[in-house]
Amino acid sequence: MDTFFEFFSFADPNIRYVVIGSLLLTASSAIVGSFTFLKKKALVGDAVAHSVLPGVCLSFILYGEKNPIILIFGAFATGWLSLILIDIISSHSKVKEDTAIGLILSVFFGIGIFMLTIIQKSGNAAQTGLDQILFGKAASLVGNDLIAFAVIAAILILSVWFFFKEFTLLAFDEDFASTIGLPVRAIELLLTTLTVLAVVIGIQAVGVVLMAAMLITPAAAARFWTEKISTMVWLAAIFGAFSGLTGAYISYIAPSMPTGPWIVVVISTIAFISFFMAPKRGILYRMNNQRKIRRQINDENILKALYQLGEEEKNFYEKRTIEEILTKRKFDPASLKTGLRRLKREGYLGNESGHWSFTKAGKHKGQRTVKLHRLWELYLTQYLRIAPDHVHDDADTIEHILTPELETRLEKLLDYPTVDPHQSEIPYQ
Amino acid sequence: MEALQIILAGSLVAIACGLLGCFLILRKMAMVGDAISHAVLPGIVLAFLFTGSRDSVTMLIGAGAIGILTTFLIEFFHKKGRLQTDASIGVTFTWLFAVGVILISVFAGKVDLDQDCVLYGEIAYVPLDLWITDSGQIMGPRVLYITGTVLIILIAFISLGYKELFLTTFDPAYASAIGISTAVWHYLLMGAVSLTTVASFESVGAILVVALLIAPPATAYLLTENLKKMLLITSLLGVVISAVGYYLAAWFDGSIAGAMASVAGLLFMLAFLLSPTNGLIAKHRRKKAILKPSGV
Repeated sequence: MDTFFEFFSFADPNIRYVVIGSLLLTASSAIVGSFTFLKKKALVGDAVAHSVLPGVCLSFILYGEKNPIILIFGAFATGWLSLILIDIISSHSKVKEDTAIGLILSVFFGIGIFMLTIIQKSGNAAQTGLDQILFGKAASLVGNDLIAFAVIAAILILSVWFFFKEFTLLAFDEDFASTIGLPVRAIELLLTTLTVLAVVIGIQAVGVVLMAAMLITPAAAARFWTEKISTMVWLAAIFGAFSGLTGAYISYIAPSMPTGPWIVVVISTIAFISFFMAPKRGILYRMNNQRKIRRQINDENILKALYQLGEEEKNFYEKRTIEEILTKRKFDPASLKTGLRRLKREGYLGNESGHWSFTKAGKHKGQRTVKLHRLWELYLTQYLRIAPDHVHDDADTIEHILTPELETRLEKLLDYPTVDPHQSEIPYQ
Repeated sequence: MEALQIILAGSLVAIACGLLGCFLILRKMAMVGDAISHAVLPGIVLAFLFTGSRDSVTMLIGAGAIGILTTFLIEFFHKKGRLQTDASIGVTFTWLFAVGVILISVFAGKVDLDQDCVLYGEIAYVPLDLWITDSGQIMGPRVLYITGTVLIILIAFISLGYKELFLTTFDPAYASAIGISTAVWHYLLMGAVSLTTVASFESVGAILVVALLIAPPATAYLLTENLKKMLLITSLLGVVISAVGYYLAAWFDGSIAGAMASVAGLLFMLAFLLSPTNGLIAKHRRKKAILKPSGV
């Protein structure tokens, strides 16, 4: 716990560097990643991230020491080259884009590893720590690196801020963007350049191998909470920054731990929580919604069956057995029983020694379902000229969906009809 | 002798990966192969922790199961969570790979794996790691037996299921119409990819498997239109990649797996430029020939 306070008091200037550095690196890649995510080019980031490795190694071989600016330059060059090659391969041969991405990614990475192992065996003492670029090491950021990264992060964030409208248009409607006269190719080029830059500095935090996660995962998580793009980009930045902070802390308390994977595990956890728990788009929310709808359909069908039984005998408040209900409609026995019990709880049905009967509210609700069913059948036959023997199934579905407003309009449109196409009476109050 | 053993191991791995890769790239699933090869890592580490060795059936089965779980998760997030496919792939495999690397760090003392091994394997140690029977007889490098067995299983799988794989790849609608389940063959193929990745892991590492899964089939794809020929060319390329890669690595004193991936990339580039049917140069010539008819 002591280390926790020591770390989060930010008293030590080294800790301040590390924290500011990780926040900038992760947040800026999350911001740029939001747009590649929306453009459905998420895996391109993965290719760039792996392709950066040979550039870093090459500039080290040529320059002979770990100068951050030179390394960034080399990384930028091969990262860019990889994107151009993917484009050339997929547009000038029958090889598909995903194959081209996988090919360039793995071959560039292989070349990078080949160079890295040669450097490691060359005995140059300056190379120690060069392999940290593979899995990232937030804790080793020092003042000098920080200035370079801060400048690039600032460029990234400011460019996104300035070109926010253009990037948004490009992500959602490229055709429209070019119609209103935007230089689509130039904007695309800018976005690509920003992606490469984001990767180049992001790998300092999470490393080459897992960089793709920093571009994709915050954006994917943020997408589940909002429909608004500006909110989404903000959320992605916050999620990214939070994972970066956690990563810096872990790096601080356990220096032997690889930082990148921890950052990725934190951001993935946020993403999984979002996938399941987010309101409206989350998996649990939608599953729950579907269950509610299924229940509602089941219950309305029970009330409808009871109403039809009442219609036949002209006695709506008669007590019925489960067997009688089953003569009107086939129910799954288990869901029929739970449905009956639920309807009783909600005050639509009464129960006396295994016999079920309508309450006033229950009869009203059953009557409405029957009415909607018959109105819709009539609408289909009158307005869409569908044969009366083909309209039942459709009406069986729509009767649960029609709102009171649509109900009123249907009544008006059909001029308050009294019978449906099968000559059954349409019940009004 | 050592060189021969390493080249042989490399060839076995490259052929196994290449054969499966052919189906992956034809099904536009190259990136799913990439994802699986990363995602089996936690499976490998966990199986290692439980069984204490690398050459157990448990490990193959455990990691194979994780591979299938990966495919399942990718589809689950895509269908149930309505996440776009590329993001679904990206989120799933980076997460599993990160978990794997962390497990290696946490159990560093107990697991005979390190981060370098994850990235580019230890194919140079193949001749040192011998299989010695209980009676003390030396049977030769252990890796050769493992990758050899996996390759035999794969060849059996592909030849027995050739018709089904062919149809589900090129005409899934027709395949379902004549009663071949596309889902079953999809998962069988993914299981095979996981198995091969795990078996190749020691030799070339988790990431360079991808180079062998994708590059040789993509090269062969530019050279032929026939699936059987494509499988054959891919296998030949595997042997070439392994041999040239070994000598390249020996010359520069670098990682053999890295050199193999570089050679694989180089071969693709050659095919991309020089293929008689699909090469850039041949296409350019044909274009010229059309514009300027001969004999005029």
